[in-house]
Amino acid sequence: MSAAFLTAKDVGVDLAGRRVLHDFTFALPSRGVVALVGPNGAGKTTLLRAICGLIPSRGEIAIDGDVMATLPLEARARKIAYLPQGHVVHWPLPVRDVVALGRFPHGAVDPGRLGEHNARIVEDAMAAADVLVLADRRVTELSGGERSRVALARALAVNAPIVLADEPTASLDPRHQIDVLRLLRKTADAGALIVVVTHDIGMAARFADEVLVVSDGRLVAHGAPDVALTDDILRDVFRVAAFRASADGEPILLPWSEA
Amino acid sequence: MVTRSLVSLRFSPLVALLVVLVAALATASLGTGPVRLPPLTVVQALFGGGTEEQRIIVQGIRLPRAILGLAIGAILGLSGAALQGLLRNPLASPSLFGAPQSAALGAVLVIATGLADVRSFLLPVVAIVFAFGSVFALLAIAGRNAGLLLLILAGLALSSLAGALTALAMNLSPNPFATLEIAFWLLGSLEDRSFRHVMLALPFIAAGAIVLLSLRHSFRVLSLGEESAQSLGVDVGRLRLAVITGVALGVGGAVSVAGTIGFIGLVAPHLVRPFVNYDPTRLLVPSALMGAALLLAADIAVRLIPSNADIKVGVLTSLVGVPFFLYLIFRERRSLGASAS
Repeated sequence: MSAAFLTAKDVGVDLAGRRVLHDFTFALPSRGVVALVGPNGAGKTTLLRAICGLIPSRGEIAIDGDVMATLPLEARARKIAYLPQGHVVHWPLPVRDVVALGRFPHGAVDPGRLGEHNARIVEDAMAAADVLVLADRRVTELSGGERSRVALARALAVNAPIVLADEPTASLDPRHQIDVLRLLRKTADAGALIVVVTHDIGMAARFADEVLVVSDGRLVAHGAPDVALTDDILRDVFRVAAFRASADGEPILLPWSEA
Repeated sequence: MVTRSLVSLRFSPLVALLVVLVAALATASLGTGPVRLPPLTVVQALFGGGTEEQRIIVQGIRLPRAILGLAIGAILGLSGAALQGLLRNPLASPSLFGAPQSAALGAVLVIATGLADVRSFLLPVVAIVFAFGSVFALLAIAGRNAGLLLLILAGLALSSLAGALTALAMNLSPNPFATLEIAFWLLGSLEDRSFRHVMLALPFIAAGAIVLLSLRHSFRVLSLGEESAQSLGVDVGRLRLAVITGVALGVGGAVSVAGTIGFIGLVAPHLVRPFVNYDPTRLLVPSALMGAALLLAADIAVRLIPSNADIKVGVLTSLVGVPFFLYLIFRERRSLGASAS
Protein backbone atom coordinates (compact mmCIF):
# COMPACT_ATOMS: atom_id res chain seq x y z
CA MET A 1 0.00 0.00 0.00
CA SER A 2 1.35 3.36 -0.98
CA ALA A 3 0.91 6.61 0.89
CA ALA A 4 -2.35 8.50 1.32
CA PHE A 5 -3.68 9.73 -2.02
CA LEU A 6 -7.36 10.43 -1.55
CA THR A 7 -7.98 11.88 1.89
CA ALA A 8 -11.16 12.92 3.65
CA LYS A 9 -11.05 14.97 6.83
CA ASP A 10 -14.20 15.46 8.90
CA VAL A 11 -16.35 15.23 5.79
CA GLY A 12 -20.04 15.68 6.49
CA VAL A 13 -23.05 16.18 4.28
CA ASP A 14 -26.40 17.80 5.06
CA LEU A 15 -29.29 17.19 2.72
CA ALA A 16 -32.48 19.20 3.20
CA GLY A 17 -31.38 20.23 6.67
CA ARG A 18 -30.70 16.66 7.78
CA ARG A 19 -27.19 15.40 8.53
CA VAL A 20 -26.78 12.33 6.30
CA LEU A 21 -23.01 11.87 6.59
CA HIS A 22 -21.13 12.36 9.87
CA ASP A 23 -17.43 13.20 10.09
CA PHE A 24 -15.83 10.86 7.60
CA THR A 25 -12.07 10.77 8.02
CA PHE A 26 -10.04 8.31 6.00
CA ALA A 27 -7.08 8.04 3.67
CA LEU A 28 -6.98 5.83 0.59
CA PRO A 29 -3.88 4.77 -1.37
CA SER A 30 -3.14 5.78 -4.97
CA ARG A 31 -3.71 2.30 -6.26
CA GLY A 32 -6.00 -0.51 -5.27
CA VAL A 33 -9.65 -1.50 -5.16
CA VAL A 34 -11.64 -0.10 -2.26
CA ALA A 35 -15.12 -1.49 -1.66
CA LEU A 36 -17.69 0.79 -0.10
CA VAL A 37 -20.34 -1.36 1.58
CA GLY A 38 -23.29 -0.77 3.84
CA PRO A 39 -27.03 -1.36 4.07
CA ASN A 40 -29.50 0.50 1.88
CA GLY A 41 -29.66 4.17 2.77
CA ALA A 42 -26.40 4.13 4.73
CA GLY A 43 -24.96 6.98 2.67
CA LYS A 44 -22.68 5.19 0.21
CA THR A 45 -23.83 7.06 -2.89
CA THR A 46 -23.89 10.33 -0.95
CA LEU A 47 -20.25 9.77 0.00
CA LEU A 48 -19.28 9.16 -3.64
CA ARG A 49 -21.14 12.31 -4.70
CA ALA A 50 -19.41 14.33 -2.01
CA ILE A 51 -15.97 13.05 -3.04
CA CYS A 52 -16.82 13.90 -6.64
CA GLY A 53 -17.94 17.40 -5.65
CA LEU A 54 -21.45 16.88 -6.99
CA ILE A 55 -22.99 17.91 -3.69
CA PRO A 56 -21.69 20.40 -1.14
CA SER A 57 -19.98 18.94 1.91
CA ARG A 58 -18.27 20.11 5.07
CA GLY A 59 -14.72 19.19 5.88
CA GLU A 60 -11.95 18.71 3.39
CA ILE A 61 -11.41 16.26 0.56
CA ALA A 62 -7.98 16.24 -1.05
CA ILE A 63 -6.36 14.34 -3.87
CA ASP A 64 -2.60 14.05 -3.76
CA GLY A 65 -2.53 17.11 -1.53
CA ASP A 66 -4.80 19.24 -3.75
CA VAL A 67 -7.93 20.31 -1.92
CA MET A 68 -10.85 19.42 -4.21
CA ALA A 69 -12.88 22.52 -3.41
CA THR A 70 -10.11 24.73 -4.77
CA LEU A 71 -9.78 22.90 -8.09
CA PRO A 72 -11.64 24.08 -11.18
CA LEU A 73 -14.35 21.75 -12.44
CA GLU A 74 -12.36 20.52 -15.43
CA ALA A 75 -9.31 19.68 -13.33
CA ARG A 76 -11.53 17.69 -10.97
CA ALA A 77 -13.06 15.92 -13.95
CA ARG A 78 -9.61 14.77 -15.06
CA LYS A 79 -8.78 13.45 -11.57
CA ILE A 80 -12.01 11.59 -10.81
CA ALA A 81 -14.09 9.47 -13.16
CA TYR A 82 -17.58 8.98 -11.78
CA LEU A 83 -19.80 6.12 -12.81
CA PRO A 84 -23.28 6.70 -11.36
CA GLN A 85 -26.02 4.13 -10.98
CA GLY A 86 -28.55 3.61 -13.70
CA HIS A 87 -26.41 4.24 -16.77
CA VAL A 88 -29.05 6.38 -18.42
CA VAL A 89 -28.29 7.81 -21.84
CA HIS A 90 -31.08 10.13 -22.95
CA TRP A 91 -30.53 10.06 -26.71
CA PRO A 92 -29.92 7.01 -28.90
CA LEU A 93 -26.24 7.84 -29.47
CA PRO A 94 -23.76 5.34 -30.93
CA VAL A 95 -21.77 3.49 -28.26
CA ARG A 96 -18.49 4.86 -29.62
CA ASP A 97 -19.65 8.46 -29.12
CA VAL A 98 -20.83 7.74 -25.58
CA VAL A 99 -17.46 6.26 -24.62
CA ALA A 100 -15.70 9.19 -26.32
CA LEU A 101 -17.43 11.55 -23.87
CA GLY A 102 -14.87 10.28 -21.37
CA ARG A 103 -12.34 12.42 -23.24
CA PHE A 104 -14.40 15.60 -22.74
CA PRO A 105 -12.45 16.77 -19.67
CA HIS A 106 -9.27 16.46 -21.75
CA GLY A 107 -10.54 18.92 -24.33
CA ALA A 108 -11.75 16.37 -26.89
CA VAL A 109 -15.25 17.80 -27.03
CA ASP A 110 -16.26 16.35 -30.39
CA PRO A 111 -16.41 12.55 -30.73
CA GLY A 112 -16.24 13.07 -34.50
CA ARG A 113 -12.71 14.48 -34.29
CA LEU A 114 -10.91 12.98 -31.36
CA GLY A 115 -7.41 12.95 -32.78
CA GLU A 116 -5.19 9.91 -32.78
CA HIS A 117 -4.25 9.94 -29.10
CA ASN A 118 -7.79 10.26 -27.75
CA ALA A 119 -9.21 7.84 -30.32
CA ARG A 120 -6.76 5.18 -29.16
CA ILE A 121 -7.72 5.67 -25.50
CA VAL A 122 -11.40 5.33 -26.47
CA GLU A 123 -10.69 2.12 -28.40
CA ASP A 124 -8.68 0.72 -25.48
CA ALA A 125 -11.44 1.54 -23.01
CA MET A 126 -14.02 -0.15 -25.26
CA ALA A 127 -11.78 -3.20 -25.63
CA ALA A 128 -11.21 -3.39 -21.86
CA ALA A 129 -14.94 -3.27 -21.11
CA ASP A 130 -15.65 -5.75 -23.90
CA VAL A 131 -17.91 -3.42 -25.89
CA LEU A 132 -15.86 -3.07 -29.09
CA VAL A 133 -18.39 -5.23 -30.97
CA LEU A 134 -21.12 -2.81 -29.87
CA ALA A 135 -19.24 0.31 -31.01
CA ASP A 136 -21.66 1.24 -33.78
CA ARG A 137 -24.85 0.17 -32.02
CA ARG A 138 -27.21 2.70 -30.48
CA VAL A 139 -26.80 2.72 -26.72
CA THR A 140 -30.56 2.79 -26.16
CA GLU A 141 -30.95 -0.51 -28.02
CA LEU A 142 -28.62 -2.39 -25.70
CA SER A 143 -29.53 -4.69 -22.83
CA GLY A 144 -29.05 -3.45 -19.28
CA GLY A 145 -25.85 -5.41 -18.91
CA GLU A 146 -24.41 -4.15 -22.18
CA ARG A 147 -25.30 -0.59 -21.20
CA SER A 148 -23.54 -0.87 -17.87
CA ARG A 149 -20.38 -2.07 -19.63
CA VAL A 150 -20.61 0.89 -22.01
CA ALA A 151 -20.93 3.19 -19.00
CA LEU A 152 -17.87 1.54 -17.49
CA ALA A 153 -15.93 2.02 -20.74
CA ARG A 154 -16.95 5.69 -20.67
CA ALA A 155 -15.59 6.05 -17.14
CA LEU A 156 -12.36 4.23 -18.03
CA ALA A 157 -11.88 6.47 -21.06
CA VAL A 158 -11.39 9.43 -18.71
CA ASN A 159 -8.09 7.76 -17.72
CA ALA A 160 -8.40 9.34 -14.30
CA PRO A 161 -6.24 8.31 -11.34
CA ILE A 162 -9.45 7.77 -9.35
CA VAL A 163 -12.57 5.91 -10.49
CA LEU A 164 -15.70 6.08 -8.34
CA ALA A 165 -18.16 3.41 -9.44
CA ASP A 166 -21.63 3.15 -7.94
CA GLU A 167 -22.76 -0.47 -8.16
CA PRO A 168 -21.07 -1.18 -11.50
CA THR A 169 -22.10 -4.84 -11.35
CA ALA A 170 -25.74 -4.24 -10.44
CA SER A 171 -27.46 -5.42 -13.62
CA LEU A 172 -24.84 -7.86 -14.82
CA ASP A 173 -25.04 -11.64 -15.13
CA PRO A 174 -22.51 -13.61 -13.01
CA ARG A 175 -19.97 -13.88 -15.79
CA HIS A 176 -19.97 -10.17 -16.53
CA GLN A 177 -19.87 -9.36 -12.81
CA ILE A 178 -16.63 -11.29 -12.55
CA ASP A 179 -15.35 -9.71 -15.78
CA VAL A 180 -16.06 -6.21 -14.53
CA LEU A 181 -14.45 -6.79 -11.15
CA ARG A 182 -11.38 -8.32 -12.80
CA LEU A 183 -11.24 -5.32 -15.11
CA LEU A 184 -11.43 -2.93 -12.15
CA ARG A 185 -8.73 -5.00 -10.46
CA LYS A 186 -6.55 -4.70 -13.58
CA THR A 187 -7.16 -0.97 -13.82
CA ALA A 188 -6.19 -0.60 -10.17
CA ASP A 189 -3.04 -2.66 -10.66
CA ALA A 190 -2.10 -0.44 -13.59
CA GLY A 191 -2.02 2.45 -11.13
CA ALA A 192 -5.45 3.76 -10.22
CA LEU A 193 -7.62 4.01 -7.13
CA ILE A 194 -10.97 2.33 -7.69
CA VAL A 195 -13.74 2.93 -5.19
CA VAL A 196 -16.67 0.59 -5.78
CA VAL A 197 -20.03 0.75 -4.07
CA THR A 198 -21.41 -2.75 -3.82
CA HIS A 199 -24.04 -4.73 -1.97
CA ASP A 200 -22.13 -7.91 -2.64
CA ILE A 201 -19.99 -8.33 0.48
CA GLY A 202 -18.70 -11.58 -0.94
CA MET A 203 -17.28 -9.79 -3.97
CA ALA A 204 -15.92 -7.09 -1.64
CA ALA A 205 -14.15 -9.70 0.48
CA ARG A 206 -12.68 -11.34 -2.58
CA PHE A 207 -11.71 -8.46 -4.86
CA ALA A 208 -11.07 -5.45 -2.62
CA ASP A 209 -7.80 -4.44 -1.04
CA GLU A 210 -9.61 -2.28 1.48
CA VAL A 211 -13.20 -2.08 2.63
CA LEU A 212 -15.05 0.96 3.94
CA VAL A 213 -18.15 -0.03 5.92
CA VAL A 214 -20.78 2.67 6.19
CA SER A 215 -23.79 2.48 8.47
CA ASP A 216 -26.32 5.19 9.27
CA GLY A 217 -24.15 7.91 7.75
CA ARG A 218 -21.07 6.93 9.72
CA LEU A 219 -17.86 5.17 8.84
CA VAL A 220 -17.87 2.13 11.13
CA ALA A 221 -14.95 0.13 9.79
CA HIS A 222 -12.05 0.62 7.41
CA GLY A 223 -9.28 -1.80 6.55
CA ALA A 224 -8.40 -4.99 4.73
CA PRO A 225 -11.45 -7.22 4.11
CA ASP A 226 -10.68 -9.55 7.01
CA VAL A 227 -10.32 -6.55 9.32
CA ALA A 228 -13.38 -4.62 8.13
CA LEU A 229 -15.77 -7.48 7.46
CA THR A 230 -15.61 -9.27 10.80
CA ASP A 231 -18.47 -11.33 12.17
CA ASP A 232 -19.25 -8.50 14.60
CA ILE A 233 -19.51 -5.91 11.83
CA LEU A 234 -21.63 -8.19 9.67
CA ARG A 235 -23.97 -8.76 12.61
CA ASP A 236 -24.16 -5.13 13.75
CA VAL A 237 -24.32 -3.46 10.35
CA PHE A 238 -25.88 -6.00 8.02
CA ARG A 239 -27.68 -8.18 10.61
CA VAL A 240 -26.39 -11.34 8.95
CA ALA A 241 -24.07 -14.17 9.81
CA ALA A 242 -21.68 -15.32 7.10
CA PHE A 243 -20.37 -18.62 5.88
CA ARG A 244 -16.63 -18.36 5.37
CA ALA A 245 -14.29 -20.57 3.38
CA SER A 246 -11.59 -20.16 0.79
CA ALA A 247 -10.89 -21.37 -2.72
CA ASP A 248 -7.73 -21.01 -4.80
CA GLY A 249 -6.30 -18.95 -1.96
CA GLU A 250 -9.11 -16.40 -2.16
CA PRO A 251 -11.61 -15.84 0.62
CA ILE A 252 -15.24 -16.89 0.25
CA LEU A 253 -17.71 -14.90 2.29
CA LEU A 254 -21.36 -15.72 1.86
CA PRO A 255 -24.19 -14.09 3.81
CA TRP A 256 -25.77 -17.21 5.26
CA SER A 257 -28.41 -16.45 7.88
CA GLU A 258 -30.03 -13.71 9.91
CA ALA A 259 -28.13 -12.61 12.97
CA MET B 1 -17.98 26.74 -22.18
CA VAL B 2 -19.02 29.97 -23.76
CA THR B 3 -15.46 30.75 -24.67
CA ARG B 4 -15.02 27.70 -26.86
CA SER B 5 -14.77 28.91 -30.40
CA LEU B 6 -17.52 28.72 -32.95
CA VAL B 7 -14.98 27.91 -35.63
CA SER B 8 -15.27 24.17 -35.30
CA LEU B 9 -18.92 24.04 -36.44
CA ARG B 10 -19.01 21.23 -38.91
CA PHE B 11 -20.66 21.49 -42.29
CA SER B 12 -22.25 18.25 -43.32
CA PRO B 13 -24.12 17.46 -46.55
CA LEU B 14 -27.32 17.93 -44.55
CA VAL B 15 -26.32 21.48 -43.64
CA ALA B 16 -25.41 22.21 -47.27
CA LEU B 17 -28.77 20.88 -48.42
CA LEU B 18 -30.64 22.98 -45.86
CA VAL B 19 -28.67 26.08 -46.83
CA VAL B 20 -29.76 25.59 -50.44
CA LEU B 21 -33.35 25.08 -49.29
CA VAL B 22 -33.31 28.23 -47.16
CA ALA B 23 -31.76 30.24 -50.02
CA ALA B 24 -34.43 28.99 -52.43
CA LEU B 25 -37.23 29.79 -49.99
CA ALA B 26 -35.77 33.23 -49.28
CA THR B 27 -35.70 33.93 -53.03
CA ALA B 28 -39.27 32.68 -53.34
CA SER B 29 -40.27 34.89 -50.40
CA LEU B 30 -38.78 37.93 -52.19
CA GLY B 31 -40.76 36.99 -55.31
CA THR B 32 -44.11 36.40 -53.60
CA GLY B 33 -46.75 39.08 -53.10
CA PRO B 34 -49.24 41.17 -55.04
CA VAL B 35 -46.59 41.48 -57.75
CA ARG B 36 -45.18 38.06 -58.58
CA LEU B 37 -41.52 38.13 -59.56
CA PRO B 38 -39.61 35.16 -61.04
CA PRO B 39 -36.44 34.09 -59.15
CA LEU B 40 -34.04 35.54 -61.74
CA THR B 41 -35.70 38.96 -61.57
CA VAL B 42 -35.58 38.77 -57.77
CA VAL B 43 -31.85 38.12 -57.78
CA GLN B 44 -31.27 40.92 -60.31
CA ALA B 45 -33.35 43.40 -58.31
CA LEU B 46 -31.65 42.34 -55.09
CA PHE B 47 -28.22 43.20 -56.49
CA GLY B 48 -29.23 46.51 -58.05
CA GLY B 49 -30.51 45.34 -61.45
CA GLY B 50 -34.04 45.33 -62.86
CA THR B 51 -36.46 48.26 -62.90
CA GLU B 52 -36.68 50.78 -60.08
CA GLU B 53 -40.11 49.46 -59.17
CA GLN B 54 -38.74 45.93 -58.88
CA ARG B 55 -35.87 47.14 -56.75
CA ILE B 56 -38.22 48.96 -54.37
CA ILE B 57 -40.45 45.90 -54.07
CA VAL B 58 -37.61 43.47 -53.49
CA GLN B 59 -35.14 45.53 -51.47
CA GLY B 60 -37.43 47.91 -49.62
CA ILE B 61 -40.62 45.94 -49.00
CA ARG B 62 -39.87 42.25 -49.14
CA LEU B 63 -36.24 41.99 -48.05
CA PRO B 64 -36.87 42.96 -44.38
CA ARG B 65 -39.70 40.45 -44.29
CA ALA B 66 -37.49 37.68 -45.70
CA ILE B 67 -34.61 38.54 -43.36
CA LEU B 68 -36.92 38.48 -40.34
CA GLY B 69 -38.51 35.22 -41.48
CA LEU B 70 -35.10 33.65 -41.84
CA ALA B 71 -33.67 35.00 -38.59
CA ILE B 72 -36.74 34.38 -36.44
CA GLY B 73 -37.31 30.91 -37.86
CA ALA B 74 -33.65 30.11 -37.25
CA ILE B 75 -33.59 31.31 -33.64
CA LEU B 76 -36.83 29.49 -32.86
CA GLY B 77 -35.47 26.23 -34.31
CA LEU B 78 -32.18 26.72 -32.49
CA SER B 79 -33.90 27.56 -29.19
CA GLY B 80 -36.06 24.45 -29.48
CA ALA B 81 -33.04 22.25 -30.15
CA ALA B 82 -31.11 23.83 -27.25
CA LEU B 83 -33.99 23.40 -24.78
CA GLN B 84 -34.44 19.81 -25.94
CA GLY B 85 -30.73 19.23 -25.38
CA LEU B 86 -30.78 20.88 -21.96
CA LEU B 87 -33.81 18.94 -20.75
CA ARG B 88 -32.93 15.80 -22.74
CA ASN B 89 -36.43 15.67 -24.06
CA PRO B 90 -37.78 15.85 -27.62
CA LEU B 91 -40.97 17.62 -26.54
CA ALA B 92 -39.27 20.67 -25.06
CA SER B 93 -39.76 23.93 -26.94
CA PRO B 94 -39.95 27.64 -26.19
CA SER B 95 -43.68 27.93 -26.88
CA LEU B 96 -44.67 24.95 -24.75
CA PHE B 97 -42.78 26.54 -21.89
CA GLY B 98 -44.53 29.87 -22.25
CA ALA B 99 -41.46 31.86 -23.33
CA PRO B 100 -43.02 33.62 -26.36
CA GLN B 101 -46.25 34.21 -24.47
CA SER B 102 -44.34 35.82 -21.61
CA ALA B 103 -42.21 37.87 -24.00
CA ALA B 104 -45.45 39.01 -25.66
CA LEU B 105 -46.84 39.99 -22.27
CA GLY B 106 -43.78 42.14 -21.66
CA ALA B 107 -44.11 43.75 -25.07
CA VAL B 108 -47.85 44.32 -24.63
CA LEU B 109 -47.28 46.00 -21.28
CA VAL B 110 -44.82 48.37 -22.92
CA ILE B 111 -47.24 49.17 -25.74
CA ALA B 112 -50.37 49.37 -23.59
CA THR B 113 -48.81 51.64 -21.01
CA GLY B 114 -47.61 53.89 -23.81
CA LEU B 115 -43.99 53.64 -22.65
CA ALA B 116 -42.80 53.11 -26.19
CA ASP B 117 -44.09 52.56 -29.70
CA VAL B 118 -43.45 49.33 -31.58
CA ARG B 119 -40.13 50.57 -32.92
CA SER B 120 -38.37 51.29 -29.66
CA PHE B 121 -35.53 49.24 -28.21
CA LEU B 122 -37.42 49.16 -24.93
CA LEU B 123 -39.78 46.65 -26.54
CA PRO B 124 -37.27 43.84 -27.19
CA VAL B 125 -35.48 44.49 -23.91
CA VAL B 126 -38.66 44.10 -21.86
CA ALA B 127 -39.71 41.11 -23.97
CA ILE B 128 -36.34 39.46 -23.30
CA VAL B 129 -36.58 40.10 -19.57
CA PHE B 130 -40.04 38.53 -19.48
CA ALA B 131 -38.95 35.53 -21.58
CA PHE B 132 -35.99 35.01 -19.26
CA GLY B 133 -38.24 35.29 -16.22
CA SER B 134 -40.69 32.73 -17.54
CA VAL B 135 -38.16 30.05 -18.51
CA PHE B 136 -36.26 30.62 -15.28
CA ALA B 137 -39.48 30.32 -13.29
CA LEU B 138 -40.41 27.20 -15.24
CA LEU B 139 -37.18 25.40 -14.39
CA ALA B 140 -37.34 26.61 -10.80
CA ILE B 141 -40.92 25.42 -10.35
CA ALA B 142 -40.42 22.08 -12.08
CA GLY B 143 -37.10 21.49 -10.33
CA ARG B 144 -33.94 19.74 -11.44
CA ASN B 145 -34.30 16.53 -13.40
CA ALA B 146 -37.99 17.28 -13.78
CA GLY B 147 -39.98 14.83 -15.81
CA LEU B 148 -41.69 15.95 -18.96
CA LEU B 149 -45.15 15.98 -17.44
CA LEU B 150 -44.05 18.40 -14.74
CA LEU B 151 -42.36 20.70 -17.27
CA ILE B 152 -45.36 20.75 -19.58
CA LEU B 153 -47.78 21.39 -16.72
CA ALA B 154 -45.61 24.21 -15.40
CA GLY B 155 -45.28 25.56 -18.96
CA LEU B 156 -49.04 25.41 -19.40
CA ALA B 157 -49.56 27.30 -16.15
CA LEU B 158 -47.00 29.95 -17.06
CA SER B 159 -48.29 30.51 -20.59
CA SER B 160 -51.86 30.66 -19.26
CA LEU B 161 -50.75 33.24 -16.72
CA ALA B 162 -48.97 35.25 -19.40
CA GLY B 163 -52.08 35.00 -21.61
CA ALA B 164 -54.38 36.08 -18.77
CA LEU B 165 -52.18 39.05 -17.88
CA THR B 166 -51.99 40.01 -21.56
CA ALA B 167 -55.78 39.88 -21.73
CA LEU B 168 -55.95 42.02 -18.60
CA ALA B 169 -53.60 44.59 -20.08
CA MET B 170 -55.76 44.78 -23.21
CA ASN B 171 -58.90 44.83 -21.07
CA LEU B 172 -57.68 47.82 -19.11
CA SER B 173 -56.24 49.62 -22.10
CA PRO B 174 -58.09 52.94 -22.55
CA ASN B 175 -57.71 52.93 -26.31
CA PRO B 176 -59.80 50.33 -28.21
CA PHE B 177 -57.78 50.82 -31.39
CA ALA B 178 -54.54 50.09 -29.58
CA THR B 179 -56.18 46.98 -28.17
CA LEU B 180 -57.15 45.79 -31.61
CA GLU B 181 -53.66 46.48 -32.89
CA ILE B 182 -52.16 44.50 -30.00
CA ALA B 183 -54.58 41.64 -30.63
CA PHE B 184 -53.53 41.34 -34.26
CA TRP B 185 -49.88 41.81 -33.43
CA LEU B 186 -50.13 38.96 -30.91
CA LEU B 187 -51.20 36.58 -33.68
CA GLY B 188 -47.69 36.73 -35.08
CA SER B 189 -46.89 38.25 -38.45
CA LEU B 190 -44.00 39.35 -40.62
CA GLU B 191 -46.15 41.65 -42.75
CA ASP B 192 -45.15 45.27 -43.38
CA ARG B 193 -41.91 45.02 -41.44
CA SER B 194 -39.16 47.46 -42.28
CA PHE B 195 -35.41 47.54 -41.83
CA ARG B 196 -35.97 49.32 -38.53
CA HIS B 197 -37.64 46.17 -37.28
CA VAL B 198 -34.71 44.16 -38.58
CA MET B 199 -32.27 46.42 -36.73
CA LEU B 200 -34.38 46.11 -33.60
CA ALA B 201 -34.52 42.33 -33.47
CA LEU B 202 -31.40 41.11 -35.24
CA PRO B 203 -28.79 42.07 -32.62
CA PHE B 204 -30.67 40.18 -29.90
CA ILE B 205 -31.36 37.20 -32.14
CA ALA B 206 -27.70 37.07 -33.14
CA ALA B 207 -26.57 37.34 -29.52
CA GLY B 208 -28.93 34.53 -28.51
CA ALA B 209 -27.70 32.35 -31.36
CA ILE B 210 -24.05 32.92 -30.42
CA VAL B 211 -24.73 32.01 -26.79
CA LEU B 212 -26.61 28.84 -27.71
CA LEU B 213 -24.12 27.69 -30.35
CA SER B 214 -21.18 28.27 -28.03
CA LEU B 215 -22.75 25.81 -25.55
CA ARG B 216 -23.27 23.10 -28.12
CA HIS B 217 -20.74 20.53 -26.92
CA SER B 218 -22.21 20.51 -23.43
CA PHE B 219 -25.51 19.15 -24.75
CA ARG B 220 -23.91 15.91 -25.87
CA VAL B 221 -22.29 15.40 -22.46
CA LEU B 222 -25.65 16.12 -20.88
CA SER B 223 -27.02 13.03 -22.65
CA LEU B 224 -25.46 11.10 -19.76
CA GLY B 225 -27.55 12.98 -17.20
CA GLU B 226 -26.68 15.99 -15.07
CA GLU B 227 -24.49 14.18 -12.54
CA SER B 228 -22.32 12.48 -15.14
CA ALA B 229 -22.08 15.72 -17.11
CA GLN B 230 -21.00 17.58 -13.99
CA SER B 231 -18.43 14.87 -13.22
CA LEU B 232 -17.06 15.34 -16.75
CA GLY B 233 -16.50 19.04 -16.16
CA VAL B 234 -19.74 20.62 -17.38
CA ASP B 235 -20.99 23.23 -14.95
CA VAL B 236 -24.64 22.24 -15.26
CA GLY B 237 -26.00 25.13 -13.21
CA ARG B 238 -24.15 27.65 -15.35
CA LEU B 239 -25.14 25.82 -18.52
CA ARG B 240 -28.82 25.97 -17.55
CA LEU B 241 -28.59 29.70 -16.92
CA ALA B 242 -26.73 30.27 -20.19
CA VAL B 243 -29.32 28.33 -22.22
CA ILE B 244 -32.17 30.26 -20.62
CA THR B 245 -30.34 33.50 -21.41
CA GLY B 246 -29.74 32.50 -25.02
CA VAL B 247 -33.34 31.39 -25.53
CA ALA B 248 -34.68 34.55 -23.86
CA LEU B 249 -32.48 36.83 -25.99
CA GLY B 250 -33.53 35.10 -29.19
CA VAL B 251 -37.20 34.55 -28.47
CA GLY B 252 -37.60 37.96 -26.83
CA GLY B 253 -36.01 39.68 -29.81
CA ALA B 254 -38.16 37.69 -32.22
CA VAL B 255 -41.44 38.25 -30.40
CA SER B 256 -40.86 41.98 -30.04
CA VAL B 257 -41.03 42.50 -33.82
CA ALA B 258 -43.16 39.58 -35.01
CA GLY B 259 -45.49 38.66 -32.16
CA THR B 260 -45.85 35.05 -31.09
CA ILE B 261 -45.01 32.46 -33.72
CA GLY B 262 -45.37 29.04 -32.18
CA PHE B 263 -44.26 25.48 -32.76
CA ILE B 264 -41.30 26.14 -35.07
CA GLY B 265 -39.05 25.33 -32.12
CA LEU B 266 -40.82 22.03 -31.57
CA VAL B 267 -41.13 20.90 -35.19
CA ALA B 268 -37.77 21.92 -36.67
CA PRO B 269 -35.47 19.85 -34.41
CA HIS B 270 -37.76 16.89 -34.75
CA LEU B 271 -37.54 16.92 -38.54
CA VAL B 272 -33.75 16.91 -38.66
CA ARG B 273 -32.92 14.76 -35.61
CA PRO B 274 -32.77 11.38 -37.44
CA PHE B 275 -30.33 12.89 -39.96
CA VAL B 276 -27.81 13.90 -37.29
CA ASN B 277 -27.90 10.50 -35.58
CA TYR B 278 -29.90 11.94 -32.62
CA ASP B 279 -26.80 13.84 -31.51
CA PRO B 280 -28.01 16.86 -29.51
CA THR B 281 -24.89 18.84 -30.42
CA ARG B 282 -24.97 18.25 -34.16
CA LEU B 283 -28.71 18.98 -34.03
CA LEU B 284 -28.34 22.71 -33.40
CA VAL B 285 -27.27 24.14 -36.76
CA PRO B 286 -29.61 21.98 -38.89
CA SER B 287 -32.49 22.84 -36.52
CA ALA B 288 -31.80 26.54 -37.01
CA LEU B 289 -31.77 26.10 -40.80
CA MET B 290 -34.89 23.96 -40.73
CA GLY B 291 -36.62 26.56 -38.54
CA ALA B 292 -35.68 29.27 -41.05
CA ALA B 293 -37.01 27.13 -43.91
CA LEU B 294 -40.28 26.40 -42.06
CA LEU B 295 -41.00 30.02 -41.21
CA LEU B 296 -40.07 31.27 -44.70
CA ALA B 297 -42.33 28.61 -46.20
CA ALA B 298 -45.19 29.46 -43.82
CA ASP B 299 -44.76 33.15 -44.59
CA ILE B 300 -44.92 32.41 -48.32
CA ALA B 301 -47.98 30.21 -47.78
CA VAL B 302 -49.97 32.94 -45.99
CA ARG B 303 -49.43 35.16 -49.02
CA LEU B 304 -50.57 32.45 -51.43
CA ILE B 305 -53.59 31.12 -49.55
CA PRO B 306 -56.66 32.85 -51.05
CA SER B 307 -58.70 34.57 -48.33
CA ASN B 308 -60.42 37.91 -47.92
CA ALA B 309 -58.38 38.82 -44.85
CA ASP B 310 -54.66 38.32 -44.29
CA ILE B 311 -53.91 35.10 -42.52
CA LYS B 312 -51.24 35.75 -39.91
CA VAL B 313 -48.20 33.49 -40.11
CA GLY B 314 -48.38 32.74 -36.38
CA VAL B 315 -51.89 31.39 -36.90
CA LEU B 316 -50.67 29.11 -39.67
CA THR B 317 -47.69 27.74 -37.71
CA SER B 318 -50.00 26.95 -34.80
CA LEU B 319 -52.56 25.31 -37.08
CA VAL B 320 -49.86 23.05 -38.47
CA GLY B 321 -47.88 22.76 -35.25
CA VAL B 322 -50.58 21.67 -32.83
CA PRO B 323 -51.55 18.51 -34.76
CA PHE B 324 -47.85 17.77 -35.04
CA PHE B 325 -47.54 18.19 -31.28
CA LEU B 326 -50.46 15.80 -30.79
CA TYR B 327 -48.71 13.31 -33.05
CA LEU B 328 -45.54 13.60 -30.95
CA ILE B 329 -47.55 13.05 -27.76
CA PHE B 330 -49.12 10.00 -29.39
CA ARG B 331 -45.69 8.66 -30.24
CA GLU B 332 -44.15 9.45 -26.86
CA ARG B 333 -47.14 8.46 -24.78
CA ARG B 334 -45.37 5.51 -23.22
CA SER B 335 -42.52 7.62 -21.88
CA LEU B 336 -45.00 10.35 -20.96
CA GLY B 337 -46.92 7.91 -18.82
CA ALA B 338 -43.67 6.71 -17.28
CA SER B 339 -42.53 10.20 -16.32
CA ALA B 340 -45.72 10.70 -14.32
CA SER B 341 -44.78 8.03 -11.83
